[in-house]
Amino acid sequence: MEHIISVTVENKFGSLSRIAGLFSGRGFNIESLSVAPTLDPSMSQMTIVTSGDERIIEQIVKQLNKLIDVIKVVDLNESDFVSRETALIKVHTRPEDRAEALRIADIFRANVIDSTPATYTIEVTGDPRKIGAIINLLQPLGIKELTRTGRVAVARELIRSTDVQAKKIARE
Amino acid sequence: MKLTGAEILIECLKREGVKTIFALPGGVVLKIFDMLHQQKDIEVVLTRHEQGAGHMAEGYAKATGKAGVCLVTSGPGMTNVITALADAYMDSVPLVCFSGQVPTSLIGNDAFQEADNMGLSRPCTKYNFLVKDVKDLAVTIKEAFYIATTGRPGPVLVDIPKDVSMDKAEFVYPNSIAIRSYNPVYEGNKWQIKQAAEAMTKAKKPVLYVGGGVVFSGASQELLELAELTHMPVDMTLMGLGAFPGEHPQSMGMLGMHGTYWANMVMHYSDLVVAIGARFDDRVTGKVSEFCPHAKVIHIDIDPTSIRKNVNVDIPIVGDCKMVLRELIQILRATVNGDQRELRKPWWNQIREWQQANPLAYQQEADGPIKPQHVIQRLYELTKDRDPIVSTDVGQHQMWAAQYFKLAKPNRWLTSGGLGTMGFGFPAAMGAQAAFPGRLVLCIAGDGSIQMNMQEMATAVVHKLPVKIIILNNRFHGMVRQWQDLFYEGRYASSDLETTPDFVKLAEAYGAVGLRASKPSEIDAVLKEAIAVNKPVIVDVPTYRYENVYPMIPAGGCNHEMILEDPPALRNKQSGVGQVTPKDSDTILTA
Repeated sequence: MEHIISVTVENKFGSLSRIAGLFSGRGFNIESLSVAPTLDPSMSQMTIVTSGDERIIEQIVKQLNKLIDVIKVVDLNESDFVSRETALIKVHTRPEDRAEALRIADIFRANVIDSTPATYTIEVTGDPRKIGAIINLLQPLGIKELTRTGRVAVARELIRSTDVQAKKIARE
Repeated sequence: MKLTGAEILIECLKREGVKTIFALPGGVVLKIFDMLHQQKDIEVVLTRHEQGAGHMAEGYAKATGKAGVCLVTSGPGMTNVITALADAYMDSVPLVCFSGQVPTSLIGNDAFQEADNMGLSRPCTKYNFLVKDVKDLAVTIKEAFYIATTGRPGPVLVDIPKDVSMDKAEFVYPNSIAIRSYNPVYEGNKWQIKQAAEAMTKAKKPVLYVGGGVVFSGASQELLELAELTHMPVDMTLMGLGAFPGEHPQSMGMLGMHGTYWANMVMHYSDLVVAIGARFDDRVTGKVSEFCPHAKVIHIDIDPTSIRKNVNVDIPIVGDCKMVLRELIQILRATVNGDQRELRKPWWNQIREWQQANPLAYQQEADGPIKPQHVIQRLYELTKDRDPIVSTDVGQHQMWAAQYFKLAKPNRWLTSGGLGTMGFGFPAAMGAQAAFPGRLVLCIAGDGSIQMNMQEMATAVVHKLPVKIIILNNRFHGMVRQWQDLFYEGRYASSDLETTPDFVKLAEAYGAVGLRASKPSEIDAVLKEAIAVNKPVIVDVPTYRYENVYPMIPAGGCNHEMILEDPPALRNKQSGVGQVTPKDSDTILTA
């Protein structure tokens, strides 16, 4: 099963290679990984998308925690979370396709961030399903290049458990 | 006052109480060696190979419980010490390794003797540092010792570029250190400990399964107390030998692939396994799906990743063995009454039956070839009163040593368990001898293993480290040969060494003492002579070539299904091979 693991690490030389090395050395999967500094520039925030059964995920979390540079590990699947990914899609646009490309971008609330006579570069943000959907629609036009950020995710803020009704509404 | 990086390093070592380091120089560490040369507080043991330096530091650490220190140069110095780092990482040995690096301005330039020391050591160290500025050196060294010796111990590398060892900085050594991302848990969860105590009082067929963690946390006394209080049998892993007195009536000896019959039967038929500082290695579990099928499992370990890594655990307790055992004992003392012995009487009857049914056995004929087990048995009898430190290499001799050399106390057993590094034994023994010059240090080796770090004999002679090496010489990679006989229809692919050097002459060539026992009747006298000499000694003992280690659980086999003796096919095939044949007499071994 897919899990999203949020890891706070020391923003130090070699931290990324320690984490990447842990995954490769122990045969764990990485589907995507994104890293950037946090508000405190001495720390970095990583979002790792991985998969495995319960035992493997437990090991991944424990092994990450064991790394000296790792400050905090949260398996976001243990609670509710929101995740987003951005893709930049450079699509071929023959003159007759340019309007169609813009329409598709519009449907997905995507932006055209670069344009040449023969291409559009479209920026789209959403969950993986949304990105998959726009790629599917743009594919017949001819995708020249595609780059994705990998997912970033954050746990949903907990709502006081006494207020069940409000929680339910908030989720919906 | 400002000091150079090299001087700062030495000051830090002094403050960490380091008396001996194992080292080999090279271009980028010359400044450090130059400063070491001009001081008297730290002894430098110059090794002949960096792997030797690493294993010596390991031996030092295992025997003393303190961090071992080694110092190597960049490039090949670093790549040579990797095996020792990997070995220390697998066996949780506290080690601080300093490596030289090309000047910071040249890093990444493919400079002469440059290697990516950080990249090379990352997967085989607990942590590693590259010191880019001399101002960070002192704090880094403090952190290195702190990380190496706390939590689950392990090796730490500190990579020091040449310019950093020469640059100057104000020397300030921190008294204490805190790393926000590193906080080992020592105290076990109280509720879990209570659960464990309850399970232990109820169990009818319990077993204590103890590993190297007990040795490292210094929990032997607590273990003894717990075992006697609860009247439970004690199985030891290879790394755990010495944690519990080998001759204690509750000691089951070693378990696992070549463990005793009863140690493995006890595990298989137990209703409660209490694992303490052990990690359910595949050499212990055998087939995981059929491991301890009837048992509830309590697992006490300082490393959370060890828990539930290989087998399911019912009561996990993360913490330091010593502290957790103390709490357990406290609770048990308050709750256990005299009927534990009565409750477990049938279990003990069963255990004694197993012990009688299949004892460890070998046949030594008075005028037949020497049996390797007999040599170890005699060595044990002759030296046990002197409380020796025993190191081994890896292979058949290691398993026989584990079976027949019954250690009474912890920190006497130096062996490569996890990585299984041939060539470990001799340098490790030297490291222990350097720490305890007056003690008797024995190295039980095979003729294959000893040749992997033979060059260190020069170090032993120069530094007057009177290690006694006993070579069980069968001119085979014996364990490989055993597997080939059992599972590859006796095709000895690259396991027959055919000849070995004349170890007696080899020892003499180095300026050490060489002795040989060629007949069973000579063993005692030769061993006694070796022990009496105050020099490094090699005792070469040509042994029966086809002796196999039993019991044996085939890899992936189930713990209660052991091979207890040579299968008939093998016995027939080998009938007579123990006799001296013309081919054998051609070699120096039977000379």
